[in-house]
Amino acid sequence: MRTSSMRRDCLIALIVFAALAALPMLWPSRGVSDFVIRLAAFGIFATSLNMLVGYAGLESFGHGLFFGLGAYSFALAMQRLGTSIPTALLLTVLLSAAVAGIVGAICVRLKEIYFAFLTLAFQMLLHSLIIAWTPLTGGDQGLTGGVPRPAFLGIRLDAPYHLYLFSAGLLLLCLLLMRHIVQSPFGYTLRLIRDNPARATSLGINVWAMRLAAFVIAGAFGSLGGVVMSLFVSGAFPDFAYWTISGEAIFMIMLGGTTLFLGPVAGAVMLLLLNDVVTKLTEHYGLVLGLIILLFALGLRKGLADYLAELWRERSARRLAVPLPAAPFAEPSNKLSGE
Amino acid sequence: MDLPALANCVTSLSCIVTQSTSGLIIGMLLFLVAAGVSLIFGVLKVINFAHGSFYMLGAYLVLTVYGLSDSFLLAVIAAALGVAVFGLLFERLIISRVYGSQVLMQLLVCYGVILILDDLVKIIWGPEFKSLGMPAAFQKPPYLLGGGVVPVYYLFLILLTLLIAVALGLAITRTRLGKIVRAVAINPGMVSALGINTGYVYAGVFMLGGLLAGLAGALAAPVRSIVSGMGLSVVVESFIVTVIGGMGSVAGALVGSLLIGLVRSFGTIGFPLFTEGLMFLLMAVVLVLKPSGLFGREG
Repeated sequence: MRTSSMRRDCLIALIVFAALAALPMLWPSRGVSDFVIRLAAFGIFATSLNMLVGYAGLESFGHGLFFGLGAYSFALAMQRLGTSIPTALLLTVLLSAAVAGIVGAICVRLKEIYFAFLTLAFQMLLHSLIIAWTPLTGGDQGLTGGVPRPAFLGIRLDAPYHLYLFSAGLLLLCLLLMRHIVQSPFGYTLRLIRDNPARATSLGINVWAMRLAAFVIAGAFGSLGGVVMSLFVSGAFPDFAYWTISGEAIFMIMLGGTTLFLGPVAGAVMLLLLNDVVTKLTEHYGLVLGLIILLFALGLRKGLADYLAELWRERSARRLAVPLPAAPFAEPSNKLSGE
Repeated sequence: MDLPALANCVTSLSCIVTQSTSGLIIGMLLFLVAAGVSLIFGVLKVINFAHGSFYMLGAYLVLTVYGLSDSFLLAVIAAALGVAVFGLLFERLIISRVYGSQVLMQLLVCYGVILILDDLVKIIWGPEFKSLGMPAAFQKPPYLLGGGVVPVYYLFLILLTLLIAVALGLAITRTRLGKIVRAVAINPGMVSALGINTGYVYAGVFMLGGLLAGLAGALAAPVRSIVSGMGLSVVVESFIVTVIGGMGSVAGALVGSLLIGLVRSFGTIGFPLFTEGLMFLLMAVVLVLKPSGLFGREG
């Protein structure tokens, strides 16, 4: 059962990858391919945050820590160490996992509001370090001078189409891996802990260790979002570690919804589109985005994808319920309208 | 790291005096904001992430009213009251709708409000750094204390804030209203069953928080540059203060603020790159040793 659903996911990923690979031929526009690269960065990042928020019930407000850390450590590894891109990727993921291990060890035992703010505090710590440590990071000017891109495995990231394919491929690969993780027994343990930590403890699960593991995994994936961003802008900027990055990622997962696996990606698409439209129309981006957030949070109160999924479930339940009264049992409609 | 400089400083009286007074004013201004954050959290169990924007509004309001009236006293009062009214509106119209929601939903709402206010401030007052300048009443030669320089305004600020801290502490522990507020913090259902409108208490606590934050912004205006986005570091520091001092405790907020202020002012000499890091380190140590904070109740 599980292997077949995994095979299905892989197949879908391959089809989407083929479609994305063909997209620039069908619609040759710089704007479209740039959009896909940015979507790759934020799609990976938001989905990794949702592993914490939606699956583990850990409401982190400082996930941008890993976005910034990923961008800076990748760009620095390429600039200073002159390594190959796979080595730099590996170093970045390992460093981010190690940092997540330390931050998580302190944070994951805390109650929700403390957890949210302590993670934010660590993110601000990284941001202030980036600003202060000018010789290494370039300070508030950002890390400039470009990210060198030696070819590897025939992939030349200095060619725009190669970068585009690489970003899209990395997005799909990360989504597949994360999907596999949340559908694994480990993923279901996280859901159990989210819903009822006391019960998990009584079943002999080490809640702290499981939460820490989720935090480390999410941090490692989150850093890959930063890597894509640093390749896209060919550098790294303090804004990547600023708290608004976390705020935007939270808005993405709230916008898309936390219950569907692809909700955060849908949220990322919506927020990026919104971003492009609003910045084209007005320079008061914050004002408009803030108003939209308030309308959404005070009006709809749930993710758009969650909302649509619920609507669809209700509709199909009703549709099934109409011919069913004659039937002696109404199990399918119960199952569908449940939750 | 520059430990010799720090050692030089702590062995010279003039440097101790100068750094301590600058640490004290950082701490005192922080206390006014943190007391509001801590009270709101203690009573409503909501972290008002937009509290730093209240502080920012206070600073901008004092700028405008001082420019119009040329009276610093009037400007400070107007700013504090203005922000108190804003706090009331914010509670009634916005944050009260997400009581009991997910923490992230509450933070998201505050994030939206911060974005709006930061942009509005830029539209109204312009995006550049503003400064108020020292009001005429305080343009006097500074006091010299053991070779250290203590500006008159610093002394005024420290004394006024101490007075407010004592008044606030007494109001919460000794008055009937304070008793109601403490009761709502512990068991709102029982309080409303006894015929007290808890909605008024919530709104009142937000007004008080707004008043204090507006006052902090107003009093900070002569010694800080005023810019859109200035509230964020203040609200994060306030949160650190409430963690160190203990949620809902006025004494804890005062002690925590002063600690942070002193760490900041001496930290800039010894660890110029890692001043912020020192604050987080202090918080992490407190969280590990006494998770409820220095003045918080256990449990």
